[in-house]
Amino acid sequence: MYRRLTAAASVATLTATGAVAQTEVTWWHAMGGELGEKLEEIVAGYNESQDEFTVTPVYKGTYTETMTAAIAAFRANEQPDIVQVFEVGTGTMIDAEGAIYPVYQLMEETGEAFDPDAFLSAVVGYYTDTDGNMLSMPFNSSTPILYYNKEVFEAAGLDPETPPETWSDVEDMSRTIVESGAAPCGITSGWISWVQLENFSAWHNLPIGTNENGFGAVDSELTLNGETQVRHWENLANWQEEGLFRYGGPGGGDDAPPAFYAAECAMYMNSSASRAGVMANSDFEVGFGMMPYYADVDGAPQNSIIGGATLWVLRGGEDEEYAGVADFFSYLSSPEVQADWHQFSGYLPITQAAYELGQEQGYYAENPGSEIAIEQITLNEPTENSKGLRFGNYVQIRDVIDEEFQALLAGDKTAQEALDAVVERGNAMVADFAR
Amino acid sequence: MQTKRTIFRNRWLPYLLLAPQLAVTVIFFLWPAAQAVRQSFLREDAFGLSSEFVALENYTRLFDDPAYLNSFQVTVVFSISVAALSMGLALLLAVAVDRVIRANRVYTTLMVWPYAVAPAVAGVLWWFMFNPTIGILPYMLEGLGYDWNHRLSSTDAMILVVIASAWKQISYNFLFFVAGLMAIPASLREAAAIDGAGPVKRFFTITLPLLSPTTFFLLVVNVTYTMFETFAVIDASTEGGPNQSTNILVYKVYRDGFVGLDLGSSAAQSVILMLIVMALTFIQFRFIERRVQYT
Repeated sequence: MYRRLTAAASVATLTATGAVAQTEVTWWHAMGGELGEKLEEIVAGYNESQDEFTVTPVYKGTYTETMTAAIAAFRANEQPDIVQVFEVGTGTMIDAEGAIYPVYQLMEETGEAFDPDAFLSAVVGYYTDTDGNMLSMPFNSSTPILYYNKEVFEAAGLDPETPPETWSDVEDMSRTIVESGAAPCGITSGWISWVQLENFSAWHNLPIGTNENGFGAVDSELTLNGETQVRHWENLANWQEEGLFRYGGPGGGDDAPPAFYAAECAMYMNSSASRAGVMANSDFEVGFGMMPYYADVDGAPQNSIIGGATLWVLRGGEDEEYAGVADFFSYLSSPEVQADWHQFSGYLPITQAAYELGQEQGYYAENPGSEIAIEQITLNEPTENSKGLRFGNYVQIRDVIDEEFQALLAGDKTAQEALDAVVERGNAMVADFAR
Repeated sequence: MQTKRTIFRNRWLPYLLLAPQLAVTVIFFLWPAAQAVRQSFLREDAFGLSSEFVALENYTRLFDDPAYLNSFQVTVVFSISVAALSMGLALLLAVAVDRVIRANRVYTTLMVWPYAVAPAVAGVLWWFMFNPTIGILPYMLEGLGYDWNHRLSSTDAMILVVIASAWKQISYNFLFFVAGLMAIPASLREAAAIDGAGPVKRFFTITLPLLSPTTFFLLVVNVTYTMFETFAVIDASTEGGPNQSTNILVYKVYRDGFVGLDLGSSAAQSVILMLIVMALTFIQFRFIERRVQYT
């Protein structure tokens, strides 16, 4: 299938450009819908900009499907040059030493000009090794922010220009909203694991695990069951009971966005990349805010961490292909391409230059709320608790977090029991990976 | 039964004629199965860069894992519920159609329609109807005072996947029951009616016992269906949740292997599933040979 696709694609490019000896670079990605179209537009722009290489993007389904497909292809020696992998797959990729071609090494060996300092440290920090070397190329990174419905705020007698700052604000405002009948629910959230536990911990400068959240060594342990996390989960469960909070489901939380769009819930926490969806689906005025925090916790707010995906280069290709990959990565990280992608999608810009270009263009002034994500990840210099996280088998650990959160909301467990179970089950998975 | 014996002149011709079928069987069934068995004794990283023989460790770990044992339990509850619901309703409908004289063709055709719906589509349809935020059924149930939420309630989630899976299977069961009912001689029931047996008594003393071969056959088929073909329904509706309460064995194979990339454990689970299906098939053939009589 893959062979046939690439063959068809190369025939197409041959007839299109008339060139004879273009080197082909394949890129498997997981961007469907509008994002996928934008991605193809970027690739087409690259292919037109030079005639040495042709990049062929292939849509492989969800993040999980794309990663599994690339791994299966690697085992069959049919792998693409570039594959897009979500952030929780990072541990697995880093560990596959013979299979991946670290980006810093690729850039060095192909002689491509490359300045790691040009990238936003809050973004690339997640994907560097302990010596600060960049292992994969950030492509679409985002961070959770808070969206709120200004009309509901107004109807409830709240100031529509003031988003909640702390969790007690969230609680009070939600109660006002529900009691006044302005909306049946105060707040909902996508990605419980990513937003209400991982980012929550980083935002309060609390460790997610030992060894700098797993960056330092593979045999780390989770430490997510601290006092503040337990308190937060307990609050969420109580608020769910009271009707202030509404659970949006496991994983990405599919039921959360419709609840916000339909003005059922007045506030909504999700990725900054959900911005496009929010703008397209809401017929009310939307306000933006940073993630709430507990005011009495020292060091909060710290900085939020990212999610999304990066591009990994796989071994086993020809040298010319890698030259093409390096050239393409340079194009991809150029300020113009980055700024365009960032402004279109709501993903973070990966370089300082792209951010500055956006400022020059007046993009942030015209689009309120679009800058919050950047302010949030750069709020403070990342500490060892807020650089990101890196644990083996983390895809399964995310499932465990969802399951235990469900057990908490269903009343089967207390917050302490649920988070203790996350740590215990998660540690077994991390240890199994480290073996 | 007639047996026909054909003599081939060339000794190799029969083998040649069999070859395509054998090749398909070997390449698409035996080889992957053998791979699964081999994989289940190995411990490998996702990329296949290192591989270690661990004998039965993948199996012992499974049986020490509460999540796996839970999955077994979930599968049993799920299978029995789906089989009971889909067969019960199908029988009821078949008996009804057996009494309809006119237009029973139309009725039968309508009944078979759901079988043509792909499982994934069925899953999405039911997911929509039962969606806690936008679904019509939770909205109506709320009016009746029931707070439906299959995102959080294990019972609600189980009910959802059972309904979605059974709904599809009703058509299939219905066809077999209709055929089974047509095979029962009307004279038996008429004789009983003359002796003064009412419709309920006739059903339980005559129709049901005579239908038992069909019922047993369907039971085996339905259990196999619920164990292997309901993957799409679960994937499209609950994804095994909440808290693993609808994580049936076959779905767990997928989650652990494709999402979790734990190939050894996933292979061991599929080998166990393979043994289960072999046992089911064995029972089915033994029983059919002994009991089913075609009149």
